[in-house]
Amino acid sequence: MMTSLARMPVLAGLLLWFSVAGAAQTPPAPSAPSNDDCLMCHGDKDSAVRADKTSVHVDAERYGASLHGQMGLTCVACHTDLATAAEWPHAEKLARPDCSTCHPEPAAHYASSVHGQSRQAGRKVAATCASCHGSHDILPSKDPDSRTYHLNLPRTCGQCHGNDATVAAAHLPGGNVVRSFEDSIHGRALLKGGLLVAPSCSSCHGAHDVRAKSDPASQVARTNVPEVCGRCHEGVKLQFARGKHGEQLQQDNPRGPVCIDCHSAHHIQRSDMSVWQVDVVRECGTCHQESIASYRDTFHGQVTALGFARVATCASCHGAHDVRPQADPASPVNDANIVATCRKCHEGANANFAKYNPHANRHHRDPMPLLYYTGQFMDLLLLGVFSFFGIHTGLWFTKELRLRRQRRRAPPAKADKEQRDDSGAA
Amino acid sequence: MASSAPPRHVAERYYQRFDRRQRVTHVFLMMSFIGLALTGLPLRFADQGWARTLAGLWGGIESAGFIHRVCAVVMIGAFVSHVGQVLWQVYRKRDYGALWGPTSMVPQPRDVIEMYGHMRWFVGLGPRPKFDRFTYWEKFDYWAVFWGMLIIGGSGMMLWFPETFALVIPGWVFNIALLVHGEEALLAVGFIFTIHFFNGHIRPEKFPMDLVMFTGRVPEHELLHERPAEYERLAREGRLGLYETTPPNPRSAAFGRALGTVAVTLGLLTVALIVFALLM
Repeated sequence: MMTSLARMPVLAGLLLWFSVAGAAQTPPAPSAPSNDDCLMCHGDKDSAVRADKTSVHVDAERYGASLHGQMGLTCVACHTDLATAAEWPHAEKLARPDCSTCHPEPAAHYASSVHGQSRQAGRKVAATCASCHGSHDILPSKDPDSRTYHLNLPRTCGQCHGNDATVAAAHLPGGNVVRSFEDSIHGRALLKGGLLVAPSCSSCHGAHDVRAKSDPASQVARTNVPEVCGRCHEGVKLQFARGKHGEQLQQDNPRGPVCIDCHSAHHIQRSDMSVWQVDVVRECGTCHQESIASYRDTFHGQVTALGFARVATCASCHGAHDVRPQADPASPVNDANIVATCRKCHEGANANFAKYNPHANRHHRDPMPLLYYTGQFMDLLLLGVFSFFGIHTGLWFTKELRLRRQRRRAPPAKADKEQRDDSGAA
Repeated sequence: MASSAPPRHVAERYYQRFDRRQRVTHVFLMMSFIGLALTGLPLRFADQGWARTLAGLWGGIESAGFIHRVCAVVMIGAFVSHVGQVLWQVYRKRDYGALWGPTSMVPQPRDVIEMYGHMRWFVGLGPRPKFDRFTYWEKFDYWAVFWGMLIIGGSGMMLWFPETFALVIPGWVFNIALLVHGEEALLAVGFIFTIHFFNGHIRPEKFPMDLVMFTGRVPEHELLHERPAEYERLAREGRLGLYETTPPNPRSAAFGRALGTVAVTLGLLTVALIVFALLM
């Protein structure tokens, strides 16, 4: 008996848990085995092993403490095909426990999710119910020990999405997103701060209905992102909607940025950290290429390029979530507001001061011809000086080298004469 | 050094070329110049990896900026002290030699002739010109630095105190100030760390360095060889003896050698970084 049990796959264990409702609706035949019957073999840790030494042990105590155990579900409630089994030890291949019997709604969501769809397409790596919830030890999500407890989700999802080997082998999107998340302000608040209000994986992605971001129905599809972030960041969502970037989203302009384009999706940093303030300049520059090029030509841009956020970044002058075009009277860089904007850092700034152009381009004649011609003059000056003295120095160097070589070769008396000739003192 | 040095057993005569004040001014100039270059370059080449490292070595951009300003004050001090000295010579001592003639830094027709002659000598078309106290390339060095200090110093003050300057100057001038500050600095750094180093120190006749700016003294054979016109002029006027002095102080020489080595090392390293950045 042990031999065939030992060859049986762990599916036996899974089956136990997948057919509760069916069992509840149609009580097992009188011959159905009781939990004690099953545990006679499966309850002993030492003997409940397959031929290849893998375990088919079921911890009776843990099952008893689990949600299903507490409800008094029998093994055959999930492993329904064993309810009517006539031969013991039972067949090795058992039917897969069907959770949808009791949990039709989550199961339907799962079926349309990226996990369910991948599974259906034959990708064995995709998560099943048990991958996230466990099997014989399922606890309610509100239980702090549950795999699906809010604070535990990153670890659970991280079994695949935080595992470099799995991420690489299965080409999981976004790479090791759990590691990025752990280093984000959300991750730190959740995992270090233990804050239940901090978002966990399911807060943005949903749980059973996790969908790929390319799926328009996904919560994390680009166009839905402001709505998802706005569930917590309501004030920012309203600001964003009022600004130019939000307007582009409303106009279905795919080039308009949403939250994650500037903040990233998983590696979101504190906005008051200089690392973030300096990095986000680069993000603005991915679209606003001319603006960042001219910004880098000036003092502000040079200092931030070195990694210091002591000076103005894009947002210091332009605002952030409700950024508007300069022509908009509500823009901080509009003529009506520019002096006040400069004064945020330069307390003594006046209208004259604000005539400084923080995006001056010395390579364009307009709108600053004087800057352009000064630049041209400086280029010519540098070119002229270095060309002339480059040649001058080169000739001088060769001349003195030649003299030195002559002196070394010639007898002293003759060298003296040569030297006098060369000195023009002869 | 030049090969026409006298036999070792003959005691060499020395002449004073630079007085103590000039030597001290030069030391302050070179130290503040190197300080300004090394603290300013990270900004000019902010997109380079080495710029971050260099700014980090100074303890961040704020302390680099502080050191930059301290060096600027030192350099401006050296500049003001020098200009004051020249004005004192001219107005109080009525010594108009500083304005025109062989002891003046002012470019003169003979400089053009000597430059032409010098370059003919480079290519073997004529004898070496007989230079006097200041040669044309030394005058170029001098005026390059003089003009550089006015331009870089002036624009630097604007960038240091923009709010004050904005009381009278429109802000777009700061755009030009920023441009010329950086470009002129590049010119100055490039020129001093290559051309000046070469002309003054590392060309074969001077290699590895000419200590006269640190000791103030030049041996007679060198004076005769390099500035025969000055020697003859002083001899003719019977003033040669006024300039005769003791041999160089070994401590001044050692100090000059040490400081010069540091300066040349840092200077060439800086040039390498700039060339690397420009080629990238």
